[in-house]
Amino acid sequence: MSETETAFRRMKDLPSTHLLGTGTPMCAGCGGLQALHVIYDILGGKTVFVNAAGCMTLLSVYPFTPFRGSWLYTSMASAPAGAQGIRDALDILLEQNRITPEEDLDVVVLTGDGAAYGMGLSATSGAMERDLDFIYICYDNEGYGNTGQQYSGATPHAARTATSKGPRGFVGYKKDLFSIWAAHKPAYLATVIGSEPVDLARKIEKVKDLRGPRMIITLAPCPTGWDFDPSESIEIGKLAVKTGVWPLKEYVNGKVVHTKKPYPRIPIEEYLRRQGRFAHLFKPERNERLLAELQAKVDEYWEDLERSSFGTS
Amino acid sequence: MTRTLLTGNGAAAWGGRLARVDYIPAFPITPQTEIIETLSNWIDSGEMAGRLVMLESEHSMLTAAGGAAATGVRVLSATSSQGLLYAMEMVYTVAGWRTPFVLINVSRGLSSPITLEPDHNDVLAARDSGFLQIHCATCQEVLDTTLMAFRLAEDKRVRLPVIVNMDGFYLSFTREPVELPEAGAVDAFLPPFDPENIVFRASTPTSQAVAVLGGSPYSYFRYEMHLAALNALEVYDEISKAFAQQFGRKHDSIESYQSEDADILFVMMGCFATKAKAAIDRLRDAGKAVGLLRPRLIRPFPAEHMQRLLAGKRGVAVIDQNLSIGKGGVLHSELASVLYGQKGAPPILASFIGGLGGRDISAEEFFEMAEVTRRAVDSGKTPPPRLLYNRDELREIRKLQAVAHVERQELGEKP
Repeated sequence: MSETETAFRRMKDLPSTHLLGTGTPMCAGCGGLQALHVIYDILGGKTVFVNAAGCMTLLSVYPFTPFRGSWLYTSMASAPAGAQGIRDALDILLEQNRITPEEDLDVVVLTGDGAAYGMGLSATSGAMERDLDFIYICYDNEGYGNTGQQYSGATPHAARTATSKGPRGFVGYKKDLFSIWAAHKPAYLATVIGSEPVDLARKIEKVKDLRGPRMIITLAPCPTGWDFDPSESIEIGKLAVKTGVWPLKEYVNGKVVHTKKPYPRIPIEEYLRRQGRFAHLFKPERNERLLAELQAKVDEYWEDLERSSFGTS
Repeated sequence: MTRTLLTGNGAAAWGGRLARVDYIPAFPITPQTEIIETLSNWIDSGEMAGRLVMLESEHSMLTAAGGAAATGVRVLSATSSQGLLYAMEMVYTVAGWRTPFVLINVSRGLSSPITLEPDHNDVLAARDSGFLQIHCATCQEVLDTTLMAFRLAEDKRVRLPVIVNMDGFYLSFTREPVELPEAGAVDAFLPPFDPENIVFRASTPTSQAVAVLGGSPYSYFRYEMHLAALNALEVYDEISKAFAQQFGRKHDSIESYQSEDADILFVMMGCFATKAKAAIDRLRDAGKAVGLLRPRLIRPFPAEHMQRLLAGKRGVAVIDQNLSIGKGGVLHSELASVLYGQKGAPPILASFIGGLGGRDISAEEFFEMAEVTRRAVDSGKTPPPRLLYNRDELREIRKLQAVAHVERQELGEKP
């Protein structure tokens, strides 16, 4: 979709009121909910959200829901399989004229990174290999957030979590879920973030018009798990993009395209030092070696990209 | 009506075909695979409508089954043993969704040690899940029960998924003559699934399976499930009468064989009960008043029916083809809870474990169990639980152990 075809060119093109109801039990400043608002505004209520265990399971607590459309909670590992059952059932009903096309729904999986990067990976892979016509939204707050931010496959190197409190923080590296998903050649795949709502809205706009597996990973700045003030959520999200830590990109027709290249990239330190989970890199003294390693990782990503594409992506 | 030779698996597949199932989420596992292959071949050849989708695990398969049933189509799935256990989180979960569908379980012993042949520990692991359970002993019963199970699951007073169980190998792979009902007669017995409010539709936004906070709403919904399962007792009896009217075959919640004038009864589940019947025929020839009760319905448990059938009997030999490690036979415990304190309850309730992992139960063992129970009746002392194992088997296992020891020594390890 070219610039001229999008309905979302600037902030004022975004809906001024949200479709998703307010008063949910999500934490103040939840970056995942911020993204979900924009996503739901565009996808609308002709949807069934199929949820896996995570923070957002608490969006629908009997007898309340903020959704205008439908909802099914499944389990931590198998939300994509729940989507499979619903999609197949709707297709069967449509084929046999047992429901009218107006009754059809978009099937949307909603999971956290705990499910997406780990336990649910097999079910997600299966759904993509079967070319399931569905949308998958992963809100990634880089840890098992709902249980108090233990490290997960999505946790970045050196982050302090409830289970990595040593001086080096988490010793592993954040799993490249984008590449794992891209290897399945889905119809569409993108990274987004709520603090870049125009980029987000354009991507969801594309998702709405496509068929097949449409995969979205949104970084979800998490005041509770990352240890920052809720009022800073948007700023930290913007810094994730400006420092190049969270590349905004999409995979479509076999190609990866970066939709917002940070230039000039600002030092990763600006992002890290705003968050308590990285405080041990600065206090009691600066851990120069780790800081340099983290900066080098980001640099390597963007330098590799430029070398491989000569700037075309 | 056509009479043909079918395996238990073939009979289950025919049950699904005649029930006109819309959707079959599948995953292969021995000894169940023939069911989904048969259905898949029929769909591919155009002999049967419906859609079969191969999932990447039984956990996903059960989730897809629940998701589709929650959208208002008729769903059949099948599994066995490790597959049922791999899916266990979703077995409990989809039962709580109150989604009516049918799951065929082809019983097989559980790991470890890993094995292929049958016992009932797999299906009994789902005992408390909210799935109803019906256990079959013949291939005809598998077909008939599959049809009955859809009607039971979909009944407005029930709305719970149903497991139809058959024993692996002994039933799944054994050909028996089976009467295939006419499609029209099945349609009359089992009308299309009316999901009512169990749907996802654009015009009627619905939240299903939402979280609750606190024990009070949680208890309410769990009690509702339990009461719905208890409703299934009465509904089952209605359905078995309707089935008998339509097809001339009656499948009671408890099969009773030579029990009326018997003073000693075997009580057991599944197709090994047919071995018990053969033994009873010979015991009767020898003038011994022994009979059999075989509960088909395990959940809900037909407690009153069982109490009635056992009232005034002198001794019961419960033969469990399962083992609750550290406790004993599951059916034995179930019967004890049903009979304790009841007027006329048999004073002797003996427990025998046999048939684990497909181990045979011989006629001689049935004779011996009857004899042990008779002696207990005479002495008034309940015998300790017996784990069936004979001298020849022990000799064979000693041989295997000897080979293992010799080979280990050969490798230079200490014995």
